[in-house]
Amino acid sequence: MSTDNKAQKYWKENLGYLFILLAIWFVASYVLGIFLAEPLNSVRIGGAKLGFWFAQQGSIYVFVILIFVYVRLMNKLDKKYGYDE
Amino acid sequence: MSVQTWTFIIVGLTFALYIGIAIWSRAGSTQEFYVAGGGIPPIANGMATAADWMSAASFISMAGLISFMGYDGGVFLMGWTGGYVLLALTLAPYLRKFGKFTVPDFIGDRYYSNVARTVAVICALIVSFTYVAGQMRGVGLVFSRFLEVNINTGVYIGMAIVFFYAVLGGMKGITYTQVAQYCVLIFAFMVPAIFISINMTGNPIPQLGLIGNMTDGSNMALLDKLDQLHRDLGFAEYTSGTKSMIDVFAITFALMVGTAGLPHVIVRFFTVPNVKGARISAGYALIFIAILYTTAPAIAAFARTNLITTVSEQQYAGMPEWFKKWEETGLIKFEDKNNDGLIQYVADKSANELTIDRDIMVLANPEIADLPAWVIALVAAGGLAAALSTAAGLLLVISTSISRDLIKMQINPNISEKGELLSARIGAVFAVIVAGYFGIHPPGFVAAVVALAFGLAAASFFPAIILGIFDKRMNRQGAVAGMIVGITLMLFYMIKYKLGGFGGGTAEDWWFGISPEGFGTIAMAVNFVVSFAVSRMTPPPPQEVQDIVEDIRLPSGAGEAHAH
Repeated sequence: MSTDNKAQKYWKENLGYLFILLAIWFVASYVLGIFLAEPLNSVRIGGAKLGFWFAQQGSIYVFVILIFVYVRLMNKLDKKYGYDE
Repeated sequence: MSVQTWTFIIVGLTFALYIGIAIWSRAGSTQEFYVAGGGIPPIANGMATAADWMSAASFISMAGLISFMGYDGGVFLMGWTGGYVLLALTLAPYLRKFGKFTVPDFIGDRYYSNVARTVAVICALIVSFTYVAGQMRGVGLVFSRFLEVNINTGVYIGMAIVFFYAVLGGMKGITYTQVAQYCVLIFAFMVPAIFISINMTGNPIPQLGLIGNMTDGSNMALLDKLDQLHRDLGFAEYTSGTKSMIDVFAITFALMVGTAGLPHVIVRFFTVPNVKGARISAGYALIFIAILYTTAPAIAAFARTNLITTVSEQQYAGMPEWFKKWEETGLIKFEDKNNDGLIQYVADKSANELTIDRDIMVLANPEIADLPAWVIALVAAGGLAAALSTAAGLLLVISTSISRDLIKMQINPNISEKGELLSARIGAVFAVIVAGYFGIHPPGFVAAVVALAFGLAAASFFPAIILGIFDKRMNRQGAVAGMIVGITLMLFYMIKYKLGGFGGGTAEDWWFGISPEGFGTIAMAVNFVVSFAVSRMTPPPPQEVQDIVEDIRLPSGAGEAHAH
């Protein structure tokens, strides 16, 4: 595998991860917390309506998890292509 | 001991700590001054980023804002945290690999143009100055309320402290002071929140208290109780908003993208040793921020419920002491319109008798919950830590912009290391004085535009940086055109609908029903489209620039941040 080829493959896999993680990012905040907040409010989590909860709590937890998943995935990817130090 | 004595002791101790750290960690080289030598451990950088990021507004005003906005307050919560996902995934690792000192550095090199660099410097200065003015005012407010000194004296004290450690310590000093400031501010925020959560819901974790049941015997869910109180008084339900969905979307998006584009936040990721460190430190930063940001909506709901049940239809004469105390400051106003001696707090403006400044929700919380005097003092120290840490981060961006992006890169490239360091320090002095001036003589528009700094960052930098990394074909012409169109459009909309320029306009005239706060989203989209279109009609960037792009996409070999 030539260096250029390797770099391109690495970048492509990286973009694949980005796409999936950003899709989750969008769903957790915009879809669940805003667009679907009203229908979701008929479901409850503890004493809170679910749409409201996503807008003020849930989305933030998802964001934190997303970054750590990204870090894990990228560290693995770096190792796979030998870009780790 | 009185609250006053406690405040002097706790604030005094924290200030001594900050100055001690500044002396211990003062900068000896430009590299240490700009990016702390690139040797900050990721977890410390995460804390520093969190303190840098969370300003007086986050600490003092946000919970109060949510308290009055209910569901709509979610725009701040999602907007100011979701931006870190963008930052961690699309900017921080690549900018760290690029390995220079500032955002204009990246723009200037990537777009092989001093025009692009200058446009970026101007955008950075506009964003940072609007932001820093609000911070110095915040410092003055906390001082005047808790130490009962004149508000201007408060600003002078704040200036002196920031001056000391920003000018002396540069990024290195600021980073370690911010770590200490984070600890102070998060402790100060959590202690009263935990006490109040136990009082109201029996659960010591505020995040769980928010979805828990009341301990007042009704066993109702807290949020249901609050919705019911709101309905009874004629307010919109707490858990459903009043803003239109499109505006909620636009504001949230503008805040997220603006967060990712703020120069004082981005520069923090130049201070870690490598790309891996940049990724993980964004994660740490968001955890440290999330602790406060998930607690704030709980405080908001607790405080709102507490407030309504304490005052609504109650005897004015029988109000607790804190009510009278805040009334004296003018932040609570009561006018007995129907002379029945009771407080009517209702949505109907003609019948409502009570006005409450939203800022007191966090500041008065410990008193409302009857917490000990040291907790109240702690809140004062926390508010100061939040304001000072953000002000210092911004001042550093301003001084770096002057000494490096303007003097070293454009006016006098042959300046010596020592001369550059001196000019950075002079730049910091200049920035402190300007910030202090705005703190003492706040131009009417400052409060209005602080929230818009995000829109400006979103409309100017964000597309240029993203395209610089992800679109190899993006060239100088495209980026410059995009930045200029984006920031001009944003400034125009802001001046027209926020400040009444260009004939002004009301909410009915907003484009697509989007408020000025949310307009950054539109201006950013326009920036992207213009950049893309112009770049495809003009020649591709030179080969060596395309090689830079190839290089920053690969994480290895980031090494130290280098001068050139």
